[in-house]
Amino acid sequence: MNEYNFAYLDEQTKRMIRRAILKGLAIPGYQVPFASREMPMPYGWGTGGVQVSAATLVPEDRMKVIDQGADDTTNAVSIRKFFERTAGVETTEETGRATLIQTRHRIPEETLTEDQILVYQVPIPEPLRFLEPRETETRKMHALEEYGLMHVKLYEDISQHGAIATAYAYPVKVEGRYVMDPSPIPKFDNPKMEMAAIQLFGAGREQRIYALPPWCEVVSLDFEDHPFEPSKAEHDCDLCGAGDSYLDEVIVDDAGGRMFVCSDTDYCRGRRAAGHVGAQGVPYEEGAA
Amino acid sequence: MYVAVKGGERAIENAHAWLAEERRGDTGIAELSVAQIREQLSLAVNRVMAEGSLYDPDLAALAIKQARGDLIEAIFLIRAYRTTLPRFGASEPVETDEMVCDRRISATFKDAPGGQVLGPTFDYTHRLLDFKLAAEGDLPDAPEAAALEAAVPHITGFLNREGLIQTEDESDATPPDLTREPMELPASRALRLQSLTRGDEGFVLGMAYSTQRGYARNHAFVGELRIGTVEVEMEVPELGFAIGIGEITLTECETVNQFKGSKTEPPQFTRGYGLVFGQTERKAISMALVDRALRWKELGEDDVGAPAQDEEFVLMHADNIQATGFLEHIKLPHYVDFQSELELVRKLRREAEGQEAREAAE
Repeated sequence: MNEYNFAYLDEQTKRMIRRAILKGLAIPGYQVPFASREMPMPYGWGTGGVQVSAATLVPEDRMKVIDQGADDTTNAVSIRKFFERTAGVETTEETGRATLIQTRHRIPEETLTEDQILVYQVPIPEPLRFLEPRETETRKMHALEEYGLMHVKLYEDISQHGAIATAYAYPVKVEGRYVMDPSPIPKFDNPKMEMAAIQLFGAGREQRIYALPPWCEVVSLDFEDHPFEPSKAEHDCDLCGAGDSYLDEVIVDDAGGRMFVCSDTDYCRGRRAAGHVGAQGVPYEEGAA
Repeated sequence: MYVAVKGGERAIENAHAWLAEERRGDTGIAELSVAQIREQLSLAVNRVMAEGSLYDPDLAALAIKQARGDLIEAIFLIRAYRTTLPRFGASEPVETDEMVCDRRISATFKDAPGGQVLGPTFDYTHRLLDFKLAAEGDLPDAPEAAALEAAVPHITGFLNREGLIQTEDESDATPPDLTREPMELPASRALRLQSLTRGDEGFVLGMAYSTQRGYARNHAFVGELRIGTVEVEMEVPELGFAIGIGEITLTECETVNQFKGSKTEPPQFTRGYGLVFGQTERKAISMALVDRALRWKELGEDDVGAPAQDEEFVLMHADNIQATGFLEHIKLPHYVDFQSELELVRKLRREAEGQEAREAAE
């Protein structure tokens, strides 16, 4: 498909996006407005992440795309195909081999390295949005570092429910300055955000890009007497036996039967290939599901 | 034994093949041509051009065909295509004073230079299904009159001579373009008008209607509604002057609104303005009403807290491609988030039940 430029976007647009990315890296956690383009997939399907990936990809890259941790979810398949067609880059499902990973709702289980970039798809970049719907107000609140409203919300959760009732998109504070939405990843993933890889966040419809340089300080908001707790299902993966990975709950029959499996399909596959077998798993065979 | 779901790629391909088949429908029925859509569904074509922000009837008709008649989907196809087009330059502002009008009506004066011209309107049709259209047949020719030679001046221009209507500030500043720059608030009027002219017809209509029913009520007279063709001119640097590069059809609506005067303005009429591609008068009138409601600040009026006065609310929610994308994305997989909520609700319930049990024991 040669009628489009490398990775679809024209070079001027990429340049505009790269500037926003560099500004974002210089001010970790700050939401940089950018002139998001209308992409050939709908808003809400990852247009922000796709634009950031398009502006970041080089022909030598090896790309991985995941949605809900899995490489084979329909939208991950669709985005991977988009870049195969428009950029002709090599793609992979193996986390360790990828140089650029675009993700929706998960951080891979395998530790990322300084040679990798993680691109998040972001629906609502503003962590204060559900407390204050007006952008004109929330921008002021960030400028003045006025995050009292957020702490009150977390406190009210504790007084009503005994715990902070946020399970995903759990707000973080970056380098002691900006409160940031980590995108709708489960809070289980929050501690992984202090990592060696560059993390870029793209929100297409909301026209915002933000970023975390390597080893940036990322603190999940909490209180001394109610410390942040990452959580996951209290099970091991039924396929690979992993006790440290985030699990999906799958309903397997009409009688309420269920099993728990790794949400990170590549992690699960890798463990099974290495000989690990979970409670309901079978020994790994190359090429089998 | 559980086998993880695979095969997303094949599922997508098959879905697309099925979709193509459904789009075509019964192959025993003749296929619709793009030219047929362009000529016979022209108001749908106009809406797609207006909200797609691209004046090209053939492409709009193609998009309608490809989208199976879903106009928002067709608008989306046009928008995505438009983004990839190179920009050669900007035209001169079009002169709607010099419009060759197919339709021109004023609700404020019984007659005025240029006259009242009904044009091809549904206004006085009785909405009775015409079963003759179900059978194909020839159409009798419509009577023709000689084209108007004289210029058709704007109605508001007459009011302006008496100083009865507020004068707009002239400006040669390059208007902002929300397709090239992120939306910044507060927005200038030019940016608001751009957002409204490509905003969703239904949304802008609903907002306009709300102002008529009392949410920021500002009774609007349609000072003038005109539909016709204007010439588009562009200055070519090599030539050093502007040349005509084509004609487009536009609908323009100027409303005249009651106004009592404020701390800063003497009593006079004020204006709302709508300008939309194609014959799109519902949209142009709606746009003018919403434009007027959004002008409360510059005219020194009170903010009564009505939705149509709220610039951020109107501009951030007028775009149907943004709206439909975000709305429909909730059908994509969210099971990771849902799982985290499941765990949380289970935990909170365990704690609540434990609490109840303790209280019962006491």
